[in-house]
Amino acid sequence: MSASDNEPREIDAHSGQATTGHEWDGVKELDTPLPRWWLYIFYATIVAAVIYWVLMPAWPLVNGYTKGVLNYSDRRIVMENVGALETARAADYARLRDASFDDIIADQSLQEFALAAGEAAFGDNCATCHGAGGAGAPGYPSLADNVWIWGGTLADIEHTITVGVRSGHPQARFSQMPAFGRDGLLAPRQIADVTEYVLSLSEARRRAAPDAAAAARGAIVYAEQCAICHGANAAGDRAQGAPSLVDDIWLYGGSREEVRRQIETGRGGVMPNWDRRFDPGLIRALAVYVYAQGGGEPDAPAPASSATETPAGE
Amino acid sequence: MESRARAGEAMIRTETITGRAAPWEAALIAAILIAGGFLTVFGAAFATDPMFKVQMYMAMAGFVLGLGGLTFWLGQDRAEQATRYHDNVVKAGVIASMFWGIAGLLVGVVIALQLSFPNLFYFPDLGWTNFGRLRPLHTSAVIFAFGGNVLIATSFYVVQRTSRARLAGGLWPWFVFWGYQAFIVMAGTGYLMGVTQGREYAEPPWYADLWLTLVWVVYLLVFLATLWKREEKHIYVANWFYLAFIVTIAMLHIVNNLAMPISFADWFSYSAFAGVQDALTQWWYGHNAVGFFLTAGFLGIMYYFIPKQANRPVYSYRLSIIHFWALIFLYIWAGPHHLHYTALPQWAQTLGATFSVMLWMPSWGGMINGLMTLSGAWDKLRTDPVLRMMVVSVAFYGMSTFEGPMMSVRTVNALSHYTDWTIGHVHSGALGWVGFVSFGALYCLTPWLWKRERLHSNALVEWHFWIATIGIVLYITAMWVAGIMQGLMWRAYDQLGFLQYSFVETVEAMHPYYIIRALGGLLYLAGALLMAYNLWRTARGDAPARAPVPHAVPAE
Repeated sequence: MSASDNEPREIDAHSGQATTGHEWDGVKELDTPLPRWWLYIFYATIVAAVIYWVLMPAWPLVNGYTKGVLNYSDRRIVMENVGALETARAADYARLRDASFDDIIADQSLQEFALAAGEAAFGDNCATCHGAGGAGAPGYPSLADNVWIWGGTLADIEHTITVGVRSGHPQARFSQMPAFGRDGLLAPRQIADVTEYVLSLSEARRRAAPDAAAAARGAIVYAEQCAICHGANAAGDRAQGAPSLVDDIWLYGGSREEVRRQIETGRGGVMPNWDRRFDPGLIRALAVYVYAQGGGEPDAPAPASSATETPAGE
Repeated sequence: MESRARAGEAMIRTETITGRAAPWEAALIAAILIAGGFLTVFGAAFATDPMFKVQMYMAMAGFVLGLGGLTFWLGQDRAEQATRYHDNVVKAGVIASMFWGIAGLLVGVVIALQLSFPNLFYFPDLGWTNFGRLRPLHTSAVIFAFGGNVLIATSFYVVQRTSRARLAGGLWPWFVFWGYQAFIVMAGTGYLMGVTQGREYAEPPWYADLWLTLVWVVYLLVFLATLWKREEKHIYVANWFYLAFIVTIAMLHIVNNLAMPISFADWFSYSAFAGVQDALTQWWYGHNAVGFFLTAGFLGIMYYFIPKQANRPVYSYRLSIIHFWALIFLYIWAGPHHLHYTALPQWAQTLGATFSVMLWMPSWGGMINGLMTLSGAWDKLRTDPVLRMMVVSVAFYGMSTFEGPMMSVRTVNALSHYTDWTIGHVHSGALGWVGFVSFGALYCLTPWLWKRERLHSNALVEWHFWIATIGIVLYITAMWVAGIMQGLMWRAYDQLGFLQYSFVETVEAMHPYYIIRALGGLLYLAGALLMAYNLWRTARGDAPARAPVPHAVPAE
């Protein structure tokens, strides 16, 4: 069809098809007609597209767009679905919000709901720092053990989630360990001594074999500088968010080097106040989930706990 | 002496090509380089940002080197350059393609390993090695540095042969070549420092964009001027595709990069668009970079190199016309399918999806024309690994252009979007189609350009073909499985309507597939290294590794 020149066109011996009569650098073209199957599928896709345009929102107009005969709207359907889900859960969340600890223990279905909601929210919001299942990481406390910085009752946990730690929330959990080394509050020698003493307090002494003479000197420094928060018996104080130093569980690591570094720099992490993002029902669910990871404490203070320990918050 | 004899043989028409036009061309190029140099001096002097200062010093060095190169060129005997066809710039393009190809693939392997073993390949003291910096380096290096150089080199070669005309513009093709390399270096070093517009496949900052615009317009003019003086009555189909690629990329590049710098002494700029309009502009660009850079341009390669290597006529002229215009018309609408289920109005999503589905057959028109050109020469697939590579590339093209329309259907997209299925889709197109057709073209071009009888080693091409094919298969199957699994995990709910998996659990589940993907990428890189060695030996003129086998007779 393109061979406008009237000269006879060359026939390709293999296919029997005429060429277009042109040649570029030895390359010729056959004048093969369009494959039928190709053409018909092409038409079919066009027809399918037109049908879809008739059914669905499709073409922009001066004001608005063609709505389509199905009157389908993603936005509306998503709103309906989200609304339906919220309605379906509203009763459970309301029950959860008003339930006491004992209510939740007693009500199997409520417990299941709280754990499911808590697990889903935990995985995408909390596990980033606290690890899968709340296993913890350096600087981010484990939530799966029974050692708590700010208290492990359901109410303690819920309050911590609500207000956060050093989060800027007016009621945020707040503690500040001084940077004894960086701010020059203690001499390097004293820090070395108190490091030995701290190591001697817990099971860490088996690994670290602290120097007895240095630890004895460090005990004096400890009494002057550290005991006010961590306690004379080093059991910590949840009211102040001061961790126990006798349990061999360490926020920033329990090696000699890591303990010394913490005394020097006094690091403290930030946990967001989740009341900005979650409603009280979900926060309660999260608290139940964290509580159930293995370390939750009953509402009444455990009989064996130290005298300085008081339930924090609220 | 051998090369002199060859040059003499090629000196058929020297009359119009002697260097008469060169001085004022050279003067104009010198003026551009000097003006650019001055601007960079001011940029460096007033820079409010250290990274901008570094980039300006680099650009300054580039302009000085350019002036040096120009001076050197002027001092050369230009009769030597007055050959029938301007092939030196194509040779340079072949070398640059191979270099950037290996660099881009290497970075790809590194980031694949970073995803597989994040603790092992994370270097906190070397911030520029972070995934976020290297990922755009990889994409830009393989698409624009490798792909772009292949396109520029092959288009310069093909347009001369199929027009029977020497490349127009004297020195300007060299300006295009070196200007494009300078753009690549500016963009790539910028990414490593954190200089980025944050627009996918359009990361380079405003000053690099402006420079590319200049280079690209010169490219267009060189190409058009060569077509203009052609001595063939008709324009060959490969050139339609090359022209569509050059023109459309110019338009896409300019519109998507409309931006206001916060200062002419700073790299940062704000896009002219905001919100969902910005997103749609970006994906109108992004998808048509696929359509016109990675498809139209490489179809141009296919339409010349496959019939040439198979020594058969193109299957259907009519199909080439219809599928060309359908492709050009439909592709430009398909971009919104990248924004399904987002703030983009649903009517725009509808148009994006339906135009993508209509694009299926126009894409397959190219595949049919590529594959059916082999009709009457299928036996060559057994004996010619270069031809086999190009034919397999067309098969991958057909596969990805079926997969693409399918993934653009909203219900499929609801599963595939944001998953690694998309990464697998892109790489079946990139490694299979773009990579293989480029490799085929480079394998053809090297003996042609360096005037060698054949490649150094066909056996090495066989090895390259099989290693790379296995690499692609590992890559895309791993990403299919990983992507679909990821999508299914994201949408899994428990009986109370809560998400079953947290995001990090889905990441954990991907680990084995990420390792398989890295292995696939490593194989593909290994194949490219074999190729570079083979091409180097070919260009050097080393005798074939083995005595040529007497022509294989098909078993009857």
